[in-house]
Amino acid sequence: MRTILFILQKEFLQIIRNKLILGMLFLMPVVQLIILGHAADYEIRHINLLILDQDHSTVSGDLVHHFKASKYFDLLPAANKYEEGLEQMQRGEADIILEIPLGLERELNRGESAEVHLTADAINGVKAGLGTKYASRIIYDYNVERGRAAGGQIITPIDLRYSNWYNPKMNYATFMVPGILVLLLTLVGAFLASINIVREKEMGTIEQLNVTPIKKYQFIIGKLFPFLVIGLMELTIGLVIGKLIFHIQYQGSLVIVYSFAVLYLIAVLGLGLLISTLSDTQQQAMFIAWFFLVVFILMGGLFTPIDSMPLWAQKLTLLNPIRYFIEVVRMVLLKGSNWMDVRWHFRSIFIAGLILNGLAVWNYRKTA
Amino acid sequence: MKVLLSLIKKEFYHIIRDKRSLLILVGMPIVQVVLFGFAISNEIHEAPIAVVAPNKSQKVLRLLERIEVSSYFHIVRFLESGGQLDEVFKEGEIKLVLLIDKDFSRDLGQRKTAKLQVIADATDPNTATTLTGYIEAITNRFAREGFSPLPVGKQMPPLIDINVKMQYNPSLRSVFLFVPGIITVILLLISAMMISITLAREKEKGNMEILLVSPLNPVVIVLGKVLPYVILALVNGWSILLLGVWLFGVPIRGDLVLIFGEMLLFVLTALSLGLFISTKVQTQQAALMISLIGLMLPTIILSGFIFPIESMPLPLQFISHLIPAKWFLIILRAIMLKGATLHYVVKETIILGIICLVLLGLAVKNFKTRLE
Repeated sequence: MRTILFILQKEFLQIIRNKLILGMLFLMPVVQLIILGHAADYEIRHINLLILDQDHSTVSGDLVHHFKASKYFDLLPAANKYEEGLEQMQRGEADIILEIPLGLERELNRGESAEVHLTADAINGVKAGLGTKYASRIIYDYNVERGRAAGGQIITPIDLRYSNWYNPKMNYATFMVPGILVLLLTLVGAFLASINIVREKEMGTIEQLNVTPIKKYQFIIGKLFPFLVIGLMELTIGLVIGKLIFHIQYQGSLVIVYSFAVLYLIAVLGLGLLISTLSDTQQQAMFIAWFFLVVFILMGGLFTPIDSMPLWAQKLTLLNPIRYFIEVVRMVLLKGSNWMDVRWHFRSIFIAGLILNGLAVWNYRKTA
Repeated sequence: MKVLLSLIKKEFYHIIRDKRSLLILVGMPIVQVVLFGFAISNEIHEAPIAVVAPNKSQKVLRLLERIEVSSYFHIVRFLESGGQLDEVFKEGEIKLVLLIDKDFSRDLGQRKTAKLQVIADATDPNTATTLTGYIEAITNRFAREGFSPLPVGKQMPPLIDINVKMQYNPSLRSVFLFVPGIITVILLLISAMMISITLAREKEKGNMEILLVSPLNPVVIVLGKVLPYVILALVNGWSILLLGVWLFGVPIRGDLVLIFGEMLLFVLTALSLGLFISTKVQTQQAALMISLIGLMLPTIILSGFIFPIESMPLPLQFISHLIPAKWFLIILRAIMLKGATLHYVVKETIILGIICLVLLGLAVKNFKTRLE
């Protein structure tokens, strides 16, 4: 026990002594959480609309007026030719082009239905879909209005109402901040551990440690425990930021979150240890850690929902520890899920921790 | 020149000798592109939903069948009443509940407005919006096809119809949007990381001092370090670009030479960034932390890869201007997907060039040619 305490003291001293590392362990996550929490927003607000009114009639003027009154679109200066519009789209300035062809009013007056054309820059499919939806709704409303003026009526066959639970204001920060917190925890807490051990290897100091009476398990605990503590401290700081800066109301029990965080950190630290046993240089360790991190992050359900992945990819995410933590944090903090709701997550992360640490220790004995 | 060549040769040996690192450097981006190209999308398939339908009449069943065959949804549960919704959502599987009014069929039959309610789990606002949008589209089509299109009164004037054209990406595949983004992110991270770490490594091992006291010009030393990585990064960039084309059918509508030039500029920018980082740090650990923790999330989030930049608060939009990945992403998307020529992306190219020069200047200025 005393031996472990000495190692812990040495490790903590080494971390604290290095101002750069210390700053990066605490300052960088805080700054990133604050900045990125504000940046991660899918909501599409400004859609640049270019109107080509070739009809120049009362009807087309009315229609243009309706578009001008809408809050969804930012209107670009009108163009005269479709080609000009397309060129602006190619430059990325126009998102949607509304073309009102010549003769719209004449056809309507003749009692025929007439067509307007919408062209959307569909590289961003979500934006294109949303923009054309808004535009269609404006045109639909205009139709209804014209109908009413003429004494007709349009009955909507189905009335669909929405409610959005748990996040009625559709606030993205509420959704993203807990997830980003998980990432930062993983980045700083866990993967540094692998580098830390490989560093001893690369500098040759590990051989000195190996010839001392320190047992392997003491060494491993001494190496990993500081990062567990740092990870939990970061979680705490992050939760406070979420509360104070992003005004997130935590619904569920923090005890669940912390318990899960401990199990999670143990699992990820195990992965870090495993990586360190597989590499000889910090560079190698880093590349492997980097690979896993990018995969874990992009496939953890943080930025794009896991439901949108193909089935095989959804199965793969079952191996991704970040996925479980993100889900637990969101479920517990935002919806108030209880122990029973997340028992499956606890079981999975516990097994992952056992396997990863088991492999790491087994491999460590062999190579050291 | 001869000195430079031999330095480059030495650096190449370093890279090639370490089989594990080489495999990682070349293999990993490929694995990532394949994985992400398939997995990252914002189209949702087979989302699990629950239904409350007190009255399972013919019309209700037909609507549910529509929803089930749409491939967007999978109805996993029927609930007795709306009372248990909270528990259902807390379990986490169900993302949306559809409540069908008990008079739904009757109202539809009598040309009244039938009522439907959708409750979405909005902890993820994006999924919630997408799913309710899908439901809306399905019910609209259902209403229009089965139950007389927009019942029209006698004096109803003719309607204005809408003809929608989806330019550049008619089938709305999100892989078109994401492949250029993946290329950008991987290229930036791998270039900046590789160079900052190799240089930090030379420092840490003390080799840097040996190189500096040798008769070599510091410029030659840096060039010898950077050039091999330029080549490696370009190989990486092209391999993932080609994968995107072969595997995902992403078009390259623009000029290949132009893409090559822009990619070279971007790689140089990323390497300058790495070079700059390496001048600021003494150890590999520090280099790693800055290039990994400091660059990864900002590049992913602030470059417009996933989140639209125009939705961000103004100060962040300003910060995003400083992110080289943002400019390259705009350029790459324009050339690949829209077939833009240099004329269209000249502004972005100039900005990227300026960022590159500034970073390179900073790196050179901070590069210490003296011993500590």
